[in-house]
Amino acid sequence: MINKTINQKAWFMVLPVLALVAFNAIIPLMTVVNYSVQETFGDNLFFWEGIKWFEEVMRSERFHDALGRQLLFTLLILLIEVPLGVGIALTMPRQGIGVTICLVLMALPLLIPWNVVGAMWNIFALPDIGLLGKMLNGVGFDYNFTQNTFWAWATVVAMDVWHWTSLVVLLCYAGLRSIPDAYYQASKIDGASSWQVFRYIQLPKMKRVLTIALLLRLMDSFMIYTEPFVLTGGGPGNSTTFLSIDLVKVALGQFDLGPAAAMSIIYFLVVLLLCWVLYTLMMRNETN
Amino acid sequence: MFLSWMAWTWQTALFFILIVLALTCMAIWEYKSPGGGPRDGVLGLHTTRGDRLFISLLGSGFIHIFWLGLTDLPLWGASIVAVVYAIFVFRKV
Repeated sequence: MINKTINQKAWFMVLPVLALVAFNAIIPLMTVVNYSVQETFGDNLFFWEGIKWFEEVMRSERFHDALGRQLLFTLLILLIEVPLGVGIALTMPRQGIGVTICLVLMALPLLIPWNVVGAMWNIFALPDIGLLGKMLNGVGFDYNFTQNTFWAWATVVAMDVWHWTSLVVLLCYAGLRSIPDAYYQASKIDGASSWQVFRYIQLPKMKRVLTIALLLRLMDSFMIYTEPFVLTGGGPGNSTTFLSIDLVKVALGQFDLGPAAAMSIIYFLVVLLLCWVLYTLMMRNETN
Repeated sequence: MFLSWMAWTWQTALFFILIVLALTCMAIWEYKSPGGGPRDGVLGLHTTRGDRLFISLLGSGFIHIFWLGLTDLPLWGASIVAVVYAIFVFRKV
């Protein structure tokens, strides 16, 4: 039997990271918790309010609406981006110059900064001069994303799909490339249909990367701010005001730091829960 | 004071002290009995005691905010439910 020496000194190596995280995450988070139980009118003066802001936020229709919109947006983009990403990855070439061309094309949207994507789509979709807006109006649609809720949603969703489907594609493609040729040869000998190859070879082999893609897209879409803010500014009305946009409106627009802090903590708890659920699923997949 | 910008109150300080105490206790527990006590709990999850603390704290947060959103009862009711929930998680999950 081997007696392993347990040495905990390696934990000291973690100290620099801990200090860094403390400054950029833990201390600001502690401050948010402090704000969430107080009221301020500026000048660094705070007045104790207790649980009032949490009660107010949890019962506010505005928060429920923003959360509902956020969940709907996340659901919509996942329903579109994941199958679309898998589909594109399956049709991408596996050898030759086409691989490089496809990979570069796929990576391009991911390299564009979020505010530039918002500005680009804003110009692209303008109903009177934008290529997309002008074209849709030209073929008979009454397209105007600045005034019509449906078109505002369609444009925000299309923008996110354009920006982020590539990530799913690249991850799935990496998963597909890791499947040895022997699997395909065996399936050919067995006379498997292309659906069976997908269902019993490709999909199980992509499971891990798909879970990662799903996790990344879920978290990113749940925290989306810049792109819809630049594109629609949360409008028309509040129709594309997602949680993060609403939070910024409360915190910076209205300078209601107490309610904004309470809202941030609730938002943080929801994000943390989603992360934990997906992480648990991912680890379970890995164990299996 | 250089920390005044953080708008400290004794109640929030107490909250953080309790969190730090919990983490310290977990560290001592781990030092005394290394390995994290992994097991497969009733929910079919494979958890260590660190996972169980995380699930307890996260669940307690949700119990408190839902209590505030859905009932008019005093908040210590939620705290009692949270403690019962944490005991359940540490024993069964």
